[in-house]
Amino acid sequence: MKFTLSWLKTHLETDASLDDILYALTDLGLEVEEVEDRAAKLADFTIGYVESAEKHPDADRLQVCQVNTDEGMKQIICGAPNARQGITVVVAKPGVYVPGIDTTIGVGKIRGIESFGMMASEREMDLSEEHDGIIELPSGDVGDRFVDWLAANDPAKVDPVIDIAITPNRPDALGVEGIARDLAARGLGKLKTRGVDVVEATFRSDISVSIDENTLDGCPVFCGRVIKGVTNGPSPVWLQDALRAIGLRPISFLVDVTNFFTYDRNRPLHVFDADKVAGNLRVHRAKGGEEIVALDDKTYTLQAGQMVISDDNGAESIAGIMGGLDTGCTEDTVNVFVESAYWDPVQIAYTGRALKINSDARYRFERGVDPEFTPVGLELAVRMIVDHAGGEASQLFQAGKVPDTSRTYKLNAARVQSLVGMEIPESTQRQTLTALGFRLEGDLAHVPSWRPDVQGDADLVEEVARIASLTKLQGRPLPRLTDGVPKPVMTPSQRRIVAVRRTTAALGYNECVTYSFIDQASAALFSGGTDTTMLENPISTDMSHMRPALLPGLLQAAARNQARGFADMALFEVGTAFSGGEPGEEHMLISGLLVGRTGPKDLYGTSRGVDVYDVKADAEAVLAAMGAPAKVQIMRGANDEWHPGRHGKICLGPKKVLGIFGEVHPRVLEAMDINGPAMAFTLWPDEIPMPRATGANRGKLEISDLQAVERDFAFVVDAEVEALTLVNAAAGADKALIAGVRVFDEFIGGSLGEGIKSLAITVRLQPVEATLKDADIEAVSAKVIEKVTKATGGVLRG
Amino acid sequence: MDDLKAKYLDQIANAADEAVLEDIRLAAVGKKGEVALKMRELGKMTPEERQTAGPALNALKDEINSALLAKKSGLADAALDERLRTEWLDVTLPARDRRVGTLHPISQVQEEVTAIFAEMGFAVAEGPRIDTDWYNFDALNIPGHHPARAEMDTFYMHRAEGDNRPPHVLRTHTSPVQIRSMEKTGAPTRIICPGGVYRADYDHTHTPMFHQVEGLAIDKDISMANLKWVLEEFVKSYFEVDNVDIRFRASHFPFTEPSAEVDIRCSWEGGTLKVGEGDDWLEILGSGMVHPKVLEAGGIDPNEWQGFAFGMGIDRIAMLKYGIPDLRAFFDSDLRWLRHYGFSALDVPTLRGGLSR
Repeated sequence: MKFTLSWLKTHLETDASLDDILYALTDLGLEVEEVEDRAAKLADFTIGYVESAEKHPDADRLQVCQVNTDEGMKQIICGAPNARQGITVVVAKPGVYVPGIDTTIGVGKIRGIESFGMMASEREMDLSEEHDGIIELPSGDVGDRFVDWLAANDPAKVDPVIDIAITPNRPDALGVEGIARDLAARGLGKLKTRGVDVVEATFRSDISVSIDENTLDGCPVFCGRVIKGVTNGPSPVWLQDALRAIGLRPISFLVDVTNFFTYDRNRPLHVFDADKVAGNLRVHRAKGGEEIVALDDKTYTLQAGQMVISDDNGAESIAGIMGGLDTGCTEDTVNVFVESAYWDPVQIAYTGRALKINSDARYRFERGVDPEFTPVGLELAVRMIVDHAGGEASQLFQAGKVPDTSRTYKLNAARVQSLVGMEIPESTQRQTLTALGFRLEGDLAHVPSWRPDVQGDADLVEEVARIASLTKLQGRPLPRLTDGVPKPVMTPSQRRIVAVRRTTAALGYNECVTYSFIDQASAALFSGGTDTTMLENPISTDMSHMRPALLPGLLQAAARNQARGFADMALFEVGTAFSGGEPGEEHMLISGLLVGRTGPKDLYGTSRGVDVYDVKADAEAVLAAMGAPAKVQIMRGANDEWHPGRHGKICLGPKKVLGIFGEVHPRVLEAMDINGPAMAFTLWPDEIPMPRATGANRGKLEISDLQAVERDFAFVVDAEVEALTLVNAAAGADKALIAGVRVFDEFIGGSLGEGIKSLAITVRLQPVEATLKDADIEAVSAKVIEKVTKATGGVLRG
Repeated sequence: MDDLKAKYLDQIANAADEAVLEDIRLAAVGKKGEVALKMRELGKMTPEERQTAGPALNALKDEINSALLAKKSGLADAALDERLRTEWLDVTLPARDRRVGTLHPISQVQEEVTAIFAEMGFAVAEGPRIDTDWYNFDALNIPGHHPARAEMDTFYMHRAEGDNRPPHVLRTHTSPVQIRSMEKTGAPTRIICPGGVYRADYDHTHTPMFHQVEGLAIDKDISMANLKWVLEEFVKSYFEVDNVDIRFRASHFPFTEPSAEVDIRCSWEGGTLKVGEGDDWLEILGSGMVHPKVLEAGGIDPNEWQGFAFGMGIDRIAMLKYGIPDLRAFFDSDLRWLRHYGFSALDVPTLRGGLSR
């Protein structure tokens, strides 16, 4: 919302400085976004007097002028047709920046003769479009600053323009009067109140105006008057200046009047050319399909139920949003119908959104204009039109009646103290509300009709606090919940997530945060990309679906890094993945991705391509950090994004999958343009059982002082036999004695033959009661061999 | 006897290696060595002679033994020195590579924020990212026609043909978690809700996903003055400064009343933000007293309970504190960025140790 300082002062009697006003506006919640102080731009221009002017010897159109300035006589070459002896002019001396031509003046030679400055036109100083000649001032002393002359003689030209952000709850501040009211309530001056000088009706118009019964809820009141014999044309200078200053182009007086009241009083109006209106005006609901060419020259098709103003020819105006071109005013208009109506904010909002029209009228009606001001605004406009453009006014038409929005809330002075924590005497509170237009009756505050946002006693508190200034609020400690040391606040799952992040980072992974949405094709590679996870209005096709997993985003990140010349990386993300489009159809995931080599090539020969056992180790470490049980099953048969033979599901039983590690399917890598291979793991933290609440006690450590013994075995088994089967079999040979079984070698094929491998294990025996004798060891060894043979069909390697 | 001593000590001193030394040992103090032979002669001596010769022989034996020992260790030292001389390495060669991981600034800052608010008794609440329009809007006093809905650039979920429910939304703020949390725990309550939020906007200062932290405190007598104190304490603690000026500016949010935008005093001298000094004001969050309708929507009686709420951008305060220039880079996963702006795994922010290094 833009307005000028002088416009504000038509509503506010004040001596406050511009800075004070700006501070108060922001503090009141009318945040100043920009101030254009045009005087500042023109500060260096001074007044001069052309003592003499002679034709340039080498140029017919140039005059060589001797100009008296604050720095004495200066020679200035000027090409303006009106440059001549004896006029008072505005001078830009060398070094002065001229905004209209974006140039800093220098000393120059024009056709061989030196020039020490410039005499400016209005356009050159951004004052208007006027550029037929240089400015000739009717008065002014040599050497005075031009801005001072303007301030005294033509203040509108140097009027500061203030732009403030209006929050949606303050439609009243969409009119300059409303802004003035806030400032007056703050104590920055006195609100000027003006009466309405109603133009007397001199004839009766026979147009009739009606509102359909089913439209009264959207248009409770519709007023209008006909004015005959107006002379349309350019607006008076003050009006043109005011509109131009706030960025509106003056069009014609009749149109400018509606714009003026829109900004002055938040009262959108519409002026029909009465000669183009056929028959009577009717406010009703569209049947659907009606077409109308609006004032923006675009054709709109109305949907059933939207409100429209029609004459006998059909739809003429999109009610409350934009008038129709057919019945709009032109320069030739002589008879008009001036309309002022109240439109329901909700209905205007929906219609405006559906038709995608952003107009000043929609913007204001959907936030809420003052219903009681509907007929008053009309009378003010009719008065302005008749006074300037002449004509005679008809009687007032009014269909429907002004809706009753009166309501009262109890002012509880103590509530301000309780809610805001500020001590404001009750008398001040009452004074504030009165200044804002509330009427106090005992402790009941009647809400003014221009404040649709006030809907409860908390709003009264807000008004009082806002005017008193929240900046002055003093902080007060929030009492602790308990005396003493604060209790921990995080849940076990939250702590798990923190542990996961730090553990994975400690394993050398860089944490990423990627977008929750991804392209359909990438989502589909991970069993997602269905319509249930599709966005209705994605920002681009790259972000069309909610991600079914974290890996596609990490793989895309890997591709980007590869494109930047980084081949080796370890990335991870902790985040939400989506299985559907309903609230709750989302789950927490942790994914890690290894691409390239374990490190850069080095002289120690330790760098190698990443493999499945890297991600297996990392997945196990992260699971351990989350408190997952150490004893798990490794199963196969995960989704298609994994290499069919090179992945494992870490499970607690066939249905309970804690995580998957493995090689990403080469087809996925190809589709996502990644140089593979790539290893990854994904964990489901919510699947990990919570530890039973046993307290912090770790239990007693049982250790034996007797020496442990290790024995190695090698078994020849079919290549498909899984190591874990063998290990479990060996471990089961004597659960009391065997403390651990570890695979330390694998040898496939070669001399063993096709499809056969050898697995070597170390079995660690930990005696508890007595040192092991050879016979004991042999007995256990025999049992290990027996168990393994039975479980795997293998034989001890000779 | 003195000859014997001089002979062997001389031999020991000149021994070249351990083998020679062993030979000397055998010859001198071995079972059949010269000293042993001398010992045998003791028996033939008179008791008087024996009394002087005995100790002298023993002393000789000890002296030779310790000379042997000293020489032996000297020789070992020399041999070791000689070996080490050949074991020279070029220690300017690079160390074995070790991958160094990092935490994303969003995670780090989220932990910092949690640490500070936990101290003031705020627990961490979570909620879904896809939510109903009721939780995201209506319950927060933003009815269907409210201009704020259009201004929020909401992402909507697709609706299947024939499903005429209003479309679900990607939460545009963390505020719906307030409602879900109030429903679950009722009053009194103190929570923060950190997490990702979504708005359909993309330019150099906006990304379609970003992160917020919401705060909510409900009790019998919590006032806006308490809110101001909490935020002052937060800002001081988070930015690690002793003092900070906070300015509450009246504003409007549908879900709070009164509402205030919060600015902090700062300076931008030399392009670096300094909080707590200077003449500039930096807007960092929106806040206010929870609107009675919002309390009602959360199942809390507004006649009995009141409280405050605030919301701020995690990414934004991360950028401010750590001097990260571009929001878009947060979500690009550029390894160089992750390594430069990321945090070490063991840099756990705590109030006792400090939030940042």
